[in-house]
Amino acid sequence: MTARRNLFKWIAALVALHGVIACAGFFAPDDPLAQDREHPFAPPVKLHFRDAQRHLHARPFFHPFRKSASALDPYVEDAARSIPLRFFIAGAPYKLLGLVPSRVHLFGTDGEPLYLLGTDGYGRDQLTRILYGGQISLLAGWLGAGIALSFGLLIGATAGYCGGWGDEILMRVAELFLALPWLYLLLALRAFLPLSVSPLGAFLMIVAVVGTLGWARPARLVRGVVLSAKERDYVRAARGFGASDAYLLWRHILPETSGVLLTQAAILIPQYVLAEMTLSFLGLGVPEPAASWGNLLGNLQQYDVLVSYWWMYLPALAIVPFFLAYLGLASALQECMNTVGAQHWRGQE
Amino acid sequence: MTRFLLSRMTHAVLLLFGVSLLTFLFTALAPGDYFEEMRLDPRIGPETVSALRTRFGLDRPLAVRYASWLKSVVRGDLGYSFSYNSPAGPLLWARARSTLLLTFTATLLTWGLALPLGIWSAERLGKIPDTLISWAMAALLVIPDLVIALGLLLLAVRSGWFPTGGMASVNADALTAGQRIGDLGRHLILPVAVLVFVALPVVVRHVRAAMIGVLDAPFLRVARGHGIRRHRLLYRYALPAAANPLISLFGLSIGALISGSLIVEITMSWPGIGPFMVEAILARDIYVVLGGVLLSTCFLIAGNFCADLILYWADPRIRAGSEEK
Repeated sequence: MTARRNLFKWIAALVALHGVIACAGFFAPDDPLAQDREHPFAPPVKLHFRDAQRHLHARPFFHPFRKSASALDPYVEDAARSIPLRFFIAGAPYKLLGLVPSRVHLFGTDGEPLYLLGTDGYGRDQLTRILYGGQISLLAGWLGAGIALSFGLLIGATAGYCGGWGDEILMRVAELFLALPWLYLLLALRAFLPLSVSPLGAFLMIVAVVGTLGWARPARLVRGVVLSAKERDYVRAARGFGASDAYLLWRHILPETSGVLLTQAAILIPQYVLAEMTLSFLGLGVPEPAASWGNLLGNLQQYDVLVSYWWMYLPALAIVPFFLAYLGLASALQECMNTVGAQHWRGQE
Repeated sequence: MTRFLLSRMTHAVLLLFGVSLLTFLFTALAPGDYFEEMRLDPRIGPETVSALRTRFGLDRPLAVRYASWLKSVVRGDLGYSFSYNSPAGPLLWARARSTLLLTFTATLLTWGLALPLGIWSAERLGKIPDTLISWAMAALLVIPDLVIALGLLLLAVRSGWFPTGGMASVNADALTAGQRIGDLGRHLILPVAVLVFVALPVVVRHVRAAMIGVLDAPFLRVARGHGIRRHRLLYRYALPAAANPLISLFGLSIGALISGSLIVEITMSWPGIGPFMVEAILARDIYVVLGGVLLSTCFLIAGNFCADLILYWADPRIRAGSEEK
């Protein structure tokens, strides 16, 4: 029972996290491509609740930056001006979930730009770009995992069900894929694809590369499940009644693999999000001006950015809660399957 | 022994052969090559490009190219680097040494830390040390390698405690041999720390699980009853009994460290295979890329081979099994 509650807890966390990223337009105060050439590399603003007279305010406010003469610290807070934060305010237009046109943002200000997590070299809002970047990175992870699992299911089920020399060959090839250091293989495969492509093309390419490289482990696991499932008594009975191979696979055998596939998905998705991040970080993935977690971090490869602007590091932290939730989900799924399996066996006795 | 060695060796060679075939096939699927980019340069005529292509044998059929590449791999050349205009093998080997230094140090340190931590955790199962270690390891597990690498780099930049990149200081040539080793050590700290942080949680978890399985065994209770001291009990009697899955994991951890070292090398500008491969990818220098993949696979297979050998030495059941066959 606790295993199940655990599972729901992690699923709820994941739904919430993905919801925020999916509705990036609503939670982000700005447009991801809007540049503010007046404020390159502006540090994160501090939100205040207490003003100079030490009065407490329910509504947070901030002091906008004014340029200082010092080249070392070009932004100073203009304490004379206080801009209150407004909630559910109209701002840059966007499409909610890519469908519903809207202008309402969770928070924002009247006119004055608000950079909660600072800006990059073009004066683009980091928070906005992190939220929008998550859409690309997470989608890459989901699609990559989808492709890898489809291939894995197809190959694993074929190998396990048919057996014989086909099984032997497929499993040898899977072993080969597992033997390779996969990051190197990822880079190598990327090396043989065109270098400069549009953001969409690059995105699809990453998804395809990551997806095709990952089939081996799920395939081996699926094969194992199929091998044991096809010897079950009820499967033999169904075969005895004259059920066709297709029916047996679809009705009796493939449903047994769902647990393995779900667990694998929970393991693979964060791994592939990280793969996208790595490739884009190296400049081999999604290119500017589109935002992804990887290419936001790519700024750090310039030494002066790394030394001077610590807030450029913040996109790296965005992935941590996702990693946590997916790992939690994977272990909860495993636990759940173990207990379900145990009940199953007890039922047979 | 020879039979066991032979079977493992054949397996390794076949695996390497398969990897070479697989990666070479990828190149065939690739649109464009090094000279394709050259064609964009108006100063170079198309006949020059095609002459170069002929000279480097790119106009020959795939099977012939594969055979000649394989021949150069056997010679140790690993193909030819277009952009360096020399065999790729020596270029890669010079970088591979730094990668090996990095991964070797990281492997030693990871296991040196993971064994005591895991054993301690298993011994105090459910007590405060176990809880603390489990929480720390879970925290490390959810932080991906790229984030750890960049975070430590940020720490180094802002604190100035560690050098932020490279393998040696600018003035390394002027130092004495002793100072140079110290300098190298200081440059090793950060990259090794990242690799250890990435590998540690997995290894500790396995050590803990393996030890938990053994610590309840009757022979250990008897040993404890005989008054054998705790340290000797854990390391001399319990650890060897739990070692089998750990030795296999040791082989696997080498692979994980080699893959992980790629990120570390690039972020910390460690002059290993990783940055060299990225450079080669951007220049479309395919044989360097192929060589890099092959070399890293070699390290990985060598690691697993070592693990097999240790297993053979440590576990009499495997020895007996291979003699019987």
